[in-house]
Amino acid sequence: MKVLVKSGRVVDPANNLDEKLDILIIDGKIVELAPNIDAGDAEVINAAGNIVTPGLIDMHVHLREPGQEYKEDIISGTKAAAAGGVTSVCCMPNTKPVIDNLPIAQFIMNKAKFEGSANVFPVAAISQGQKGEILSEMGELLEGGCVGFSDDGLPVKNGEMMRRALEYASTFGAPVMVHAEEMSLVADGSMNEGYVATELGLKGIPNVAEDCMTARDIMIAELTGGHLHICHVSTKGSLDLIRQAKARGVNVTCEVTPHHFSLTEEAVRGYNTNAKMNPPLRSQEDLEAVHAALADGTVDAIATDHAPHHIDDKNVEFELAANGIVGLETLLPLTLKLVADKVISLSKAISLLTYRPSEILRIDRGTLSVGAIADITIINPNKEWEVTEESLHSKSKNSYFIGYTLKGCALKTLLAGEVVFSRE
Amino acid sequence: MTFNHKHIIGIKDLTAEELTFILDTSISFKEINRRDIKKVPTLRGKTIINLFFEASTRTRTSFEIAGKRLSADTINISASGSSVVKGETLEDTAKNIQAMNPDAIVMRHHASGASDYLAKRLDCAVINAGDGMHEHPSQALLDAFTIREHKGKIEGLTVAIIGDITHSRVVRSNIYCLTKLGAKVRVAGPGTMLPPGIDKLGCEAYTNIDDAIKGSDVVMMLRIQRERQGAPLIPSVREYSRFFGLTHQRLKLAKENVIVMHPGPINRGVELPTSIADGPQNVILDQVENGVAVRMALLYLACGGEKLQD
Repeated sequence: MKVLVKSGRVVDPANNLDEKLDILIIDGKIVELAPNIDAGDAEVINAAGNIVTPGLIDMHVHLREPGQEYKEDIISGTKAAAAGGVTSVCCMPNTKPVIDNLPIAQFIMNKAKFEGSANVFPVAAISQGQKGEILSEMGELLEGGCVGFSDDGLPVKNGEMMRRALEYASTFGAPVMVHAEEMSLVADGSMNEGYVATELGLKGIPNVAEDCMTARDIMIAELTGGHLHICHVSTKGSLDLIRQAKARGVNVTCEVTPHHFSLTEEAVRGYNTNAKMNPPLRSQEDLEAVHAALADGTVDAIATDHAPHHIDDKNVEFELAANGIVGLETLLPLTLKLVADKVISLSKAISLLTYRPSEILRIDRGTLSVGAIADITIINPNKEWEVTEESLHSKSKNSYFIGYTLKGCALKTLLAGEVVFSRE
Repeated sequence: MTFNHKHIIGIKDLTAEELTFILDTSISFKEINRRDIKKVPTLRGKTIINLFFEASTRTRTSFEIAGKRLSADTINISASGSSVVKGETLEDTAKNIQAMNPDAIVMRHHASGASDYLAKRLDCAVINAGDGMHEHPSQALLDAFTIREHKGKIEGLTVAIIGDITHSRVVRSNIYCLTKLGAKVRVAGPGTMLPPGIDKLGCEAYTNIDDAIKGSDVVMMLRIQRERQGAPLIPSVREYSRFFGLTHQRLKLAKENVIVMHPGPINRGVELPTSIADGPQNVILDQVENGVAVRMALLYLACGGEKLQD
């Protein structure tokens, strides 16, 4: 089967490409990039006036299946991904049961392969049951298709356990992805510690809860040489630590989320449970530090931490509400806003959504090189659209941005050359 | 003036003019409370529900008496005796109550924001009787009423509030109320009990209570919750009392005609020695008495009661 993506502005940072080109796809692979390709009988997708990029990669997604299908499942979650222009997601292991053994990972990959609308690369648990006691069978999990390890929202408390996890994972060249948080300093906080929390009478989570764990894990990474990936960094202090560590040559990478680069703790006012996250939305100073870290290369990836929650889990008192928001379908416009606001260039933005995460995960995606699998996103950067519950493909509607008009969206999403999402 | 708030969630939402209006309205209610026959027909036919998710004696009784003296039908619901223990959500509990058509719900809840949550979902008036560590507006109003009664004014006074500032909704409401009415508010307590950014609410924060008391017109002591002892916040009640309890010597640092307040319940011998709790400067029971009057005013305004008769 032949597909020709015609006349789009092709932005492929891995190949330093930003020009108007046609892309010829045969049998799901990219075979040629050139101006004015004449492909005869190929199915033509007109991308004139739009941006054509490698399919976006979101390395931090909660698909909730198995176990919490009332919030999201593999079908709905990957549909949301495709609608957001995302062709590959890493699903986090905090499912029920936990992704800590190959059969569970295989179940997810198989279901995604046959019924999903995006590639799913599981991130398995560091420890069995995310209990922080015994390592998961990392070798077999990697062999079977998992791409990294994380105990996600249950950070590995025991220092030796984290050391051994980094050492053991490095045997196989896999990243250990951490939610860096010292839970004893979180105590029972429910939002960022500071003036807004004081005013609202909500218990605060200080930046130091994140920073001290970031510091510990960086030091352990330095000791072991293992690849440490720090998820959803939200504080200035942690970004400083990561910047310094990188300068020393420590094998550390990190991601930031659209909500942490778009919103501050002020969003919590009115006890808005869709502004309740972990890590929490921080101060203006932290938001500016995230922007600076995006600009100076400290940040390696933008990931959503897509966290679907049923209305019943959010429509409660603030301190009881579940953490997180859905993010797959607002990833693109919020990232393009960074470009519009001149925080980063378009090419930089696309690199943080494509080949940089593919490098971290060591997966063969994220570029438009000849021979690559034709995962492609066609972006209309100018289309304004209102985020509504109906417009979201995710099963859960817990977006802070409901009611907002955002600019930019995926027009078409191609998975191995096949259109899996198309917007009118 | 007209009072245009359907709900009374926090002092933060009210203007100085509105606060003064509530205090002025309370004066006539106080007079009713001292009559032989303490009942007026103002809210006859109105139904007020006291929905208390947290133990409370003073506030609940005060609201109940306030409603009854205005001839409203007041019903008390406490969480332990309700469907809450069966796992019903706050919204469902509230909507079930609303289905019985009350005119106002007075709510006490352990979660900050709970009254705001309810007000956004219900049609009847919601009066916040204390939500978590957020606000306790009727307490601040009765405190302001009491201060005004004793000092003749609020503007220009210095009020020191001492105790666990972090966990106190009384403090937050009092800071808003007193500063809007022109007073200067100082808060003081151990570092573990002073939340970050509290000064941005409009007060000065101290860790040395002598500095806070110096030159004050009003000293308001907060109850130190004994259950916090041993938690990381304070080493012991004994040590707390020594450094953060009121003494006669410390009280001498205040203005000569200082009044001592406490929202209750008092821990005698901890934040306040008996000799001061019962001493000439104390206005603690005036606060309780005024609480009924202020709450009558709030219910009257929230229920849109017709012009007060007689």
